[in-house]
Amino acid sequence: MQFEDIIAKLREVCGEEVIVDVNEEASPKMITIKPENLLQVSETLYKNESLFFDMLSCITGVDNGPEANTMEVVYNFYSIPFEHALMLKVILPRENPVVSSLVSIWKTADWHERETYDLLGIHFGGHPDLRRLLMPADWEGHPLRKDYKNLEYYRGIKVEY
Amino acid sequence: MGNQVQYQYKDDNLLKSEPNKYQQGDLKSEEMIVNLGPQHPSTHGVLRMEVVTDGEIIKDVVPHLGYLHRCFEKHAESLPYNQTIPFVDRLDYLTAMNSEHAWAMGVEKMLGITDKIPKRVEYIRVLVAELNRMASHFVAIGTYAMDIGAFTPFLWMMRDREHIIRLLEWASGARMLYNYVWVGGVFYDLPVGFEERCKQFVDYFRPKLEELKRLIIDNKIFVERTANVGVLPLDLAINYGVTGPMLRGSGLRYDLRKVDAYSVYPEIDFDIPVGEGLMGTKGDCWDRTYVRVLEVKESLKIIEQCVEKLTGEHKRTPDFDPHALVPKKIRPKAQEIYTRAENPKGELGFYFRADGKTDVPFRCKSRSCCFVNLSIISELSKGSLIADFIAILGSIDIVLGEVDR
Repeated sequence: MQFEDIIAKLREVCGEEVIVDVNEEASPKMITIKPENLLQVSETLYKNESLFFDMLSCITGVDNGPEANTMEVVYNFYSIPFEHALMLKVILPRENPVVSSLVSIWKTADWHERETYDLLGIHFGGHPDLRRLLMPADWEGHPLRKDYKNLEYYRGIKVEY
Repeated sequence: MGNQVQYQYKDDNLLKSEPNKYQQGDLKSEEMIVNLGPQHPSTHGVLRMEVVTDGEIIKDVVPHLGYLHRCFEKHAESLPYNQTIPFVDRLDYLTAMNSEHAWAMGVEKMLGITDKIPKRVEYIRVLVAELNRMASHFVAIGTYAMDIGAFTPFLWMMRDREHIIRLLEWASGARMLYNYVWVGGVFYDLPVGFEERCKQFVDYFRPKLEELKRLIIDNKIFVERTANVGVLPLDLAINYGVTGPMLRGSGLRYDLRKVDAYSVYPEIDFDIPVGEGLMGTKGDCWDRTYVRVLEVKESLKIIEQCVEKLTGEHKRTPDFDPHALVPKKIRPKAQEIYTRAENPKGELGFYFRADGKTDVPFRCKSRSCCFVNLSIISELSKGSLIADFIAILGSIDIVLGEVDR
């Protein structure tokens, strides 16, 4: 299935306005959708028999910095039987970045989302167990944000070396 | 600096480091929390497992990661692309060549020079990557046998791994962290005589592989200990994003070397072994080990064909320069890509965002295979005996450097 067919199928099932932006330069080709449509679109991607994206390869959080004042979550889907790939992006406000969790569809989203929450502070609504994954539970701040400043001391240990 | 105080002692500095998910009140009577790790022989690194048990049955497992968190993504976002390669080595220190190959291919794809890489460079890369794949599987098989309780296979595997390590040291100058595959080329052409030594190694190891099969794979004790243990159904494996020998052990013929056909793999003839449940259920711990052994055999085939090409069609010439395409300055145009390659442990993917104005990536995420493969441990071990837990954990073949990144 070609990229155009995937878009056409999504528009057919989820409505015409569901895709905000299409980027054919990206590899694999990318679509941008509104955060509120994420769960519906993902369910279509997984359940529709002609799309059938059964593998969620990667979830990436991106902080665009205080000037742009947005954050992004990028999803990489892959369909093993049909061998087609899709990149999907949602853009969130930087003050209160919330997007729905995909754990109910792909279990692999569990750790990816926890990691994104841990390192970038993006919240995933409906995640069953949103705790920090890599950083200590009482760490302050989210290290991959562009304006992140190291703590001076963590439990009496100097952080800067 | 000098004697500057790094650590100020206060009473509350010594609180327990990571809180348990389960507190005493959450447990039913007869249930108990057993802590495995942070240090444990079956984890190659530091990992704490909070295991809730009822008698000998496992009720739940909560992994606590991050003890080794070495900020790969933060480093990668502050260094030029070529200077990150030594850090890529340290993701999974047992498969450094494969990780470098994945990184270099990703950056070359961004620069648009994938098709221009000389064939000899590509064959050298595949040769060293397959040598490294074998070395990684040797460690996986040997230490797994040791997890189960056998010691001899570990020594045998380490002995044979040493031959590979010496070959790679000869080529790159380092034993484990090579910095050999560069963006656009390799560090140096192979040393004179390398191909012949590879051929000697293949001839040496072929009969050893049969011995190894007799020693572990067909061993009755090993079969009793691993068959029907930690069965991973295929649909669950895909839903959890599990890749590599774990996914193939569950019976799916899915290998990115074939699926994506990157580098010169399409020109090479090799098979993808899958688990068939010969000794028990499809997708159990035995199947996963069996797939690794068969993959070693396929790697031998690939190495033979690479050596043949490197001494015949693409043999060394005095004017061959492996640096010919290495860019002085790597500045890809603004783009977003997700690139992936088949590491010994599964799919290693990199997500790059370049802004086109600087030499460093704006965002670089590594989707590491061990991280995703480990996430299934809780599901896989629920309901099994605590003695089998080590067998299940060992069969996943994790390196914590890649889990924590």
